[in-house]
Amino acid sequence: MQRYSGFSLVKHALSHHENWQRHWRNPAPKKEYDVVIVGGGGHGLATAYYLAKEHGITNVAVIEKGWLGGGNTARNTTIVRSNYLWDEAAALYEHAMKLWEGLSQDLNYNVMFSQRGVLNLGHTLQDMRDIQRRVNANRLNGIDGEVVTPERIKEIEPALDVSARARYPILGASWQPRGGVARHDAVAWGFARGADALGVDLLQQTEVTGFKMLDGKVVGVHTNRGDIGAKTVGCVTAGNSGTLAKMAGFQLPLESHPLQALVSEPLKPILNTVTMSNHVHGYISQSDKGDLVIGAGIDGYLGYGQRGSFSIVEHTLQAIVEMFPVFSRVRMNRQWGGIVDTTPDACPIISRTPVRGLYFNCGWGTGGFKATPGSGNVFAWSLAHGQMHPIAAPFSIDRFRTGALIDEHGAAGVAH
Amino acid sequence: MFYIYCPYCAEYREEEEFHPKGQAHIARPLDPMATSDDAWGDYLFFRDNPRGVHHELWVHAVGCRKFFNVTRDTRTYAILETYRIGEQPSVTADSVSTGSAASTATLTGVQA
Ligand SMILES: Cc1cc2nc3c(=O)[nH]c(=O)nc-3n(C[C@H](O)[C@H](O)[C@H](O)COP(=O)(O)OP(=O)(O)OC[C@H]3O[C@@H](n4cnc5c(N)ncnc54)[C@H](O)[C@@H]3O)c2cc1C
Ligand SMILES: [Zn+2]
Repeated sequence: MQRYSGFSLVKHALSHHENWQRHWRNPAPKKEYDVVIVGGGGHGLATAYYLAKEHGITNVAVIEKGWLGGGNTARNTTIVRSNYLWDEAAALYEHAMKLWEGLSQDLNYNVMFSQRGVLNLGHTLQDMRDIQRRVNANRLNGIDGEVVTPERIKEIEPALDVSARARYPILGASWQPRGGVARHDAVAWGFARGADALGVDLLQQTEVTGFKMLDGKVVGVHTNRGDIGAKTVGCVTAGNSGTLAKMAGFQLPLESHPLQALVSEPLKPILNTVTMSNHVHGYISQSDKGDLVIGAGIDGYLGYGQRGSFSIVEHTLQAIVEMFPVFSRVRMNRQWGGIVDTTPDACPIISRTPVRGLYFNCGWGTGGFKATPGSGNVFAWSLAHGQMHPIAAPFSIDRFRTGALIDEHGAAGVAH
Repeated sequence: MFYIYCPYCAEYREEEEFHPKGQAHIARPLDPMATSDDAWGDYLFFRDNPRGVHHELWVHAVGCRKFFNVTRDTRTYAILETYRIGEQPSVTADSVSTGSAASTATLTGVQA
């Protein structure tokens, strides 16, 4: 792999930047792999990267029906934070946060991780009690967090209306300074390039249409480009996971909903941080390009169409203008939807399945981008060891029968 | 944006008057104490989530406030029929895949 550096930039300038190496190969599928990862989103690519890098397992394929990162990875609003309430979830997201902090160096790829901080606003007394509880829980888990007053919020984000005039006055917020945003495409590309360099085959335009089984164990996958053998299969397919589980003969407690986002025309820098509000139901940040990046809530109905209802977009913009009256005349440029796989407790499923050798990493719903490196890291460990990583273990499918749910609806909320 | 026929108001109304309430026709186990953990988990948490024909519960929240059922395709989002609580769907995944009288059933289902 050609490494990127200031020096290589100068060197390639001499040949008009025409001789850069391709990011990854486009190999023909082999007959068999040690591990097949289904789904070339951020989580799948991170899994393949860590399998090769940390466990020396390089006979690996990532099978993607479209293009790399074209699912929710490239559709999200890129918010990264780790201020989750329960110990299990906090450990998972904080594991990811620590990896984010060194990711650009590790991948030799600028993922534009920017720790500009995340505000979660409180508008009612109950909001404030929940915020206090969550911040205290975070601090006990060694995660940075503060409860801040409206005056302090005004210093952090001057464009926000913290006055008592607001329809839902802001009473305070939780503030996680280490939170922020990252460039979502770059995350997929960085992991893909890193994995490819270590020998992983990235098979795009290849759709898994079924599983090959022998005596209750998975031995490969059927695809539109023929059968591919595998000793172990990990499915990391977000909104399509329920469909894949059905192909394998079992059910997952997932529901697939459209989730929308939109961006405005580019503006001069006006937002310093990421602001989210569960109560008025909106969240916003500004990309380095200058557009306001705005996230909506999910549509309540099931859908696989990668689009949602217009009314959701309308409500979202009402919420944004409620928080930032100054944006009332900003024009919106683009709007899109992704299909998110929600679970009953708003926590992911990282688990074995009734089929031996077949693992699922899904259920990240509306908020899995922030976990991308951590999720891939613990999933790779689990596939390599044939047993679940201690951080992943509480997220087994069994919890929906034993009742050991990890209820993160408060910390997940509208929040992403 | 959906335009939904409420089988109680007998009128088409805009989506915003309604709320989706999840999968339809889920019966609560009659004797919870005698229900196994597996069956109880299924009842609480496991839903069909099909890519295709889906029967779901909606409520006419700012209209008549009654619950009713909708058969909808989760890929195209097309509403195939709406019908009252206690009734069974006339359009199902099977009837659509075999094409058996689905289109006429849709019409009568919607108008009924
Ligand atoms: C609008 C929106 C905003 C969001 N905002 C945030 C946010 O601010 N912060 C945050 O943390 N999270 C956010 N999320 C959630 C986040 O995007 C996801 O949780 C995360 O990206 C999931 O990554 P993934 O790699 O698991 O899934 P994906 O990126 O969806 O990858 C799954 C891949 O599997 C492939 N696939 C599916 N079926 C098959 C098959 N049969 N064969 C082969 N390939 C298949 C798909 O094509 C897809 O590329 C948001 C999501 C959306 C939609
Ligand atoms: Zn009605």
